[in-house]
Amino acid sequence: MQASAPEGRQPLTLINVREGLFGAKGDTSGFDRFVDRVQMPGAAERPYGEWFDGVVDILTELLGDAADEAIEYVVVDRGELTLYIAREHLLDVCRHLRDDQDLRFEMCLGVSGVHYPADTGRELHAVFPLQSITHNRRLRLEVAVADGDARMPSVTSVYPMNNWHERETWDFFGIVFEGHPSLARIEMPDDWVGHPQRKDYPLGGIPVEYKGAEIPSPDERRQYR
Amino acid sequence: MSTQTAHATGAFVEDPDAPEYTVYGGDWSEVLDEAKRLGQQRIVVNMGPQHPSTHGVLRVMLEIEGETVTETRAGIGYLHTGIEKNMEFRTWTQGVTFCTRMDYVASMSQELVYCLGIEKLLGITDDIPERASILRVLMAELTRIGSHLVAVGTGGNELGATTIMTTAFIGREDTFRVIEAITGLRTNNAYIRPGGVAQGLPDNGIAMIREMIPLVRQRLDELIALQLKNPILQGRLKGVAELNLSACMALGITGPILRATGLPYDLRKSDPYCGYETYDFQVPTSTEQDAWSRMVLRMEECYESLKIVEQCADRLEQLGDGPVMVADKKIAWPAQLALGPDGQGNSLDHIRHIMGESMEALIHHFKLVTEGFDVPAGQVYQAIEGPKGLLGVHLVSDGGTKPWRAHFRDPGFNNLQALGIMCEGGQVADVVVAIASIDMVLGGVDR
Repeated sequence: MQASAPEGRQPLTLINVREGLFGAKGDTSGFDRFVDRVQMPGAAERPYGEWFDGVVDILTELLGDAADEAIEYVVVDRGELTLYIAREHLLDVCRHLRDDQDLRFEMCLGVSGVHYPADTGRELHAVFPLQSITHNRRLRLEVAVADGDARMPSVTSVYPMNNWHERETWDFFGIVFEGHPSLARIEMPDDWVGHPQRKDYPLGGIPVEYKGAEIPSPDERRQYR
Repeated sequence: MSTQTAHATGAFVEDPDAPEYTVYGGDWSEVLDEAKRLGQQRIVVNMGPQHPSTHGVLRVMLEIEGETVTETRAGIGYLHTGIEKNMEFRTWTQGVTFCTRMDYVASMSQELVYCLGIEKLLGITDDIPERASILRVLMAELTRIGSHLVAVGTGGNELGATTIMTTAFIGREDTFRVIEAITGLRTNNAYIRPGGVAQGLPDNGIAMIREMIPLVRQRLDELIALQLKNPILQGRLKGVAELNLSACMALGITGPILRATGLPYDLRKSDPYCGYETYDFQVPTSTEQDAWSRMVLRMEECYESLKIVEQCADRLEQLGDGPVMVADKKIAWPAQLALGPDGQGNSLDHIRHIMGESMEALIHHFKLVTEGFDVPAGQVYQAIEGPKGLLGVHLVSDGGTKPWRAHFRDPGFNNLQALGIMCEGGQVADVVVAIASIDMVLGGVDR
């Protein structure tokens, strides 16, 4: 499955490209030419350890021919299992994970959006932590979509508890969950423009005067990277 | 109006000719008579966002038929403060002061889950000193008692039983006295830090804990005596806001609501952290699955938490003095806190050391406090048993000194989705009971 990552791509998530050590450009330290490409931990090799192999095997078997396409790659990091899933297969994967008696992930603990502007073509990630009460296990599904085509199926038909969580992720990241019963903003006002948790959305705030000096808002300050 | 797209907080009836009645808690029968005279089919009542019984700022839209609720929708977001976004612009340690303000009734639960998440990212989970873990358990349980007492107390107050509220708050104040003596603050403590806790026990700490336990137990006994035999409370809570196991599973409900359906799911038992597996306590359950059983469960859980607090005091006494932070100086906060005549701050010994003795110590302090520590790139999910249910955090690090993303799964946010299924078909007055039995805090729901 590791080999089936999209062509011409490292099977890694590029989190960020950091330039320089501080916010300011052209400082005399020379550190401003420092470029750091930060990547997520890469695909894991078998055996994955613990119960991870068993779960991936059962899921692969249930998915049949679609397995190679559905499971983009498997990451085991810090004792946690992450399955990168192609969005077309997300609902099938969820249904199998919930319904099979040896998998039985009854609960989805919501969805957390993450914005990786540097990860070209896969800028927006949706992370679904699944919890199995029966087997006392937790795993993570991660679905990546492009900024220009930020759509993926809603899992509310399998996990109804994700209704509000998906609305929140739409609200904050602009990911459209297709098939959601009522994908409306939930935290921001209905007429709000933009999706505030994206990295290109400024934090906001006003400069504050303190003892004669002006302190810029937190995202405008010179800061460590 | 007609061009507006349908959205959750919009009007039920998209009809510009529909008459609207603005009522300020006046004579309902007059309004209903008038509506009946006009032959109006649907009556939509907007409850909140400013209403004493909605635990903060929750808006509930009710469609009613006489006294019966036929449709319920909850509108949230009135207390959204962008805490998660703000955390992306502060160091990992500063994040504690932000997440503690989410569910402000159970502050230290958020601190605990956030710090456990960071420690998993750093790979130092096993290096946390035992003393720090015990203090964390102590704080988590005191927080749980406080949160449950607020849930039960305000729940009673909303039904007009002010004594339940005052008694509960006196008990909570007893826990606050201990919390304040140890952390310096009653709530929003920022006490649990990545790598350990901010400071150890004060000299009389263990004695204070031991003095508090019977006081809180007495309040719990009083509350039990006040509540359990009260026919009005029974009439208001029994069989109201029922939610069975399959509905809980479909809606991802955890905490006392789930345990009231008979499933003893408690992460302190199933997925222990901070050494919970070594403590002796029970997970109370019930099969009544109504608002009454949830209230009783919360009371029983308080007694179990007191048992854990007692064990914490014993263990702290046995361990004696020692470190409450990881030994790794690259992560550990350099200063211990101390109470001076002008309030809480860095300890005098530490100030003397960095200002008068060691330039390197000053540089180290400055670097760690302003810049923070690097956390290796990656992501983790950490969950604990908060007072209100499964409290989770998803943390992503880009290898820097600030979180790339911090997302909290507040149990109240998830559980509030059950409001509709609890209320629909019931009485208007029971909506208040349902909200109280869910026990969410809007600061946590909206973050």
